[in-house]
Amino acid sequence: MADILIDSIAKTFGHTVALERVDLRIADGEFLALLGPSGCGKTTLLRIIAGLETQSSGRVLIGGRDISGLPPRRRGLAMVFQNYAVFPHMTVRDNVAFGLRMTGADAARMARQVESAAALLQIGPYLDRYPGQLSGGQRQRVAVARALAVEPAVLLMDEPLSNLDALLRLEMRAELKSVLRAAGTTTIYVTHDQTEAMGLSDRIAVLHAGRIEQIGTPADIYDHPATMFVGGFVGSPPMNFLSLPRHGGVVQLGALTLPAPSAEKLVLGIRGEDLQECAADSGFPFVVQVAEPMGSHILLTGLAFEHRLRVVAPADRQPTSGEVMHFRPLPGRIRWMDAATGVAIATAAA
Amino acid sequence: MTVRRGIFLSGVAMLCAWTLVPIWLVALGAVGGRDVVNAWPKTFFPSSTSLATLRAFLDVQGVWSATLVSVEVALLCMAFSLLLGAPAGYALARYNFRGATTYRLLILLTRAFPVGILALPLAVTFIHLGLYDRPLGVALIHTALALPFAVLVSASLFQAIPREFEEAAWVFGCSRLRAFLRVVLPLALPGVAAIAIFAFVISWNEVFAAAVLTVRHRTLTAYLLTVLAESPLHVQFAGGFVLIVPSVVFIFLVRKHLFAMWGIANR
Repeated sequence: MADILIDSIAKTFGHTVALERVDLRIADGEFLALLGPSGCGKTTLLRIIAGLETQSSGRVLIGGRDISGLPPRRRGLAMVFQNYAVFPHMTVRDNVAFGLRMTGADAARMARQVESAAALLQIGPYLDRYPGQLSGGQRQRVAVARALAVEPAVLLMDEPLSNLDALLRLEMRAELKSVLRAAGTTTIYVTHDQTEAMGLSDRIAVLHAGRIEQIGTPADIYDHPATMFVGGFVGSPPMNFLSLPRHGGVVQLGALTLPAPSAEKLVLGIRGEDLQECAADSGFPFVVQVAEPMGSHILLTGLAFEHRLRVVAPADRQPTSGEVMHFRPLPGRIRWMDAATGVAIATAAA
Repeated sequence: MTVRRGIFLSGVAMLCAWTLVPIWLVALGAVGGRDVVNAWPKTFFPSSTSLATLRAFLDVQGVWSATLVSVEVALLCMAFSLLLGAPAGYALARYNFRGATTYRLLILLTRAFPVGILALPLAVTFIHLGLYDRPLGVALIHTALALPFAVLVSASLFQAIPREFEEAAWVFGCSRLRAFLRVVLPLALPGVAAIAIFAFVISWNEVFAAAVLTVRHRTLTAYLLTVLAESPLHVQFAGGFVLIVPSVVFIFLVRKHLFAMWGIANR
């Protein structure tokens, strides 16, 4: 069993608070993504779990064992670094075997596990080359193979795909998912790329300013953002927010009257693809500024109620700049937020 | 394009000449014998060469034992410089500690005191400590001379090696020491070789401290200083030539490590 319990971990650097009491439980075999903008503390949290950074308070348990005070080598985990950190003075074979060699595995086991890790990541033909002779994508594979060869209980990955070009990243993402599923390793994956987090993980923890904003399945995070930050960070385009006045328990959205929860000031959150074009008398007006054809759909940026709005429209629609269109939200897709706190307001099926 | 290439080539030629011509002239004096040394105008290609002068020089009483002392001192200096300088450089490169910048400056300050001023107190202290007239004592002084270079160069050397390499080694089962030996040191080897060479050459060439701090167990330079002062010119050339050769050979042997960069031009 390699479930991970992060028990009120906090970290300060001098006067800067990097992590503000983080609690997290990761199940055995689960793939969890730590998602957040740069500087949110996600890498710090990963490095604390790895033992490369010391927490200011709190503890980390893996499989029920407190590892907070142990050096990295005694924690029973493997890591893939952002810039791969593949040792340049060793052949690919020695790199992949490094972890096993350091823990004193016998030659037979070493050969077996290097072979299987190499086969899994398709680097068999390069085993006797040096990393300097490999491309970025190949080095990335070596780094993953090195981590998987030790058959770790826990695998930590720190933005492993961020140095690859877009096409390779897409390819590696799919491959990583199948490889890690086959290995069944508990994985914590740090990324700032929300499509990576959505595509790969069982659950996502969204971090912001040293705190966890929301933990949930990708669909949950996407459909029910707990805060305005999550809604604005996850999804491409990000969620639209309209701050609207509330009069007598309802909010007027163009021709639509929406029942509104009680709050001082309300913000309406709606995803661009949850807006549907409609007749003028059944929706709100939207002035198109820019239309970006994306092939499968067209992305419209424009103004509604003096707010910038992004709408995903069908590809056959070709509006011109300045054109006024009318939209209405799909039923049940509106998320109400409290403008003061930025926190979502629970509603019984809005 | 061709003009720039011409400038480049003539620059290279000048730099080569700058180092090679004096060595060639010294060599000429060493093998040419008394006539070549005294002849004017100088010829670059002597009509007759003989190793007689060199052989005569090497037969001079005490040259071989002084050479041995020199080698011993230089090797000790090299070892001390690496053993003291590399850890200090590593600490400067990897750890944030109070006064790191001041420490960096202080290291350079050790070169601010001329050995001439220190000579007498040093000699007295060394006599008290029982280090006087011993290779170990001279090696310690030479280490003091070579150490600032060793510390600062190794600091920038270790700084250039990404921390992630070490962290990866820790995660994959290495203790700090083992990670250093298995990952950092091999990567730093070319630079470490450069530091070693420099320490060796500094020690090999140093005359003053060696002359002050020894009487019977002189290094080659200190010994030649006293012996050659009374020798004819061509024997002096032979002595100079013998002094140059080991440094050149040593640098030649480790040049591969000096230029090798992992992944670009290894082997």
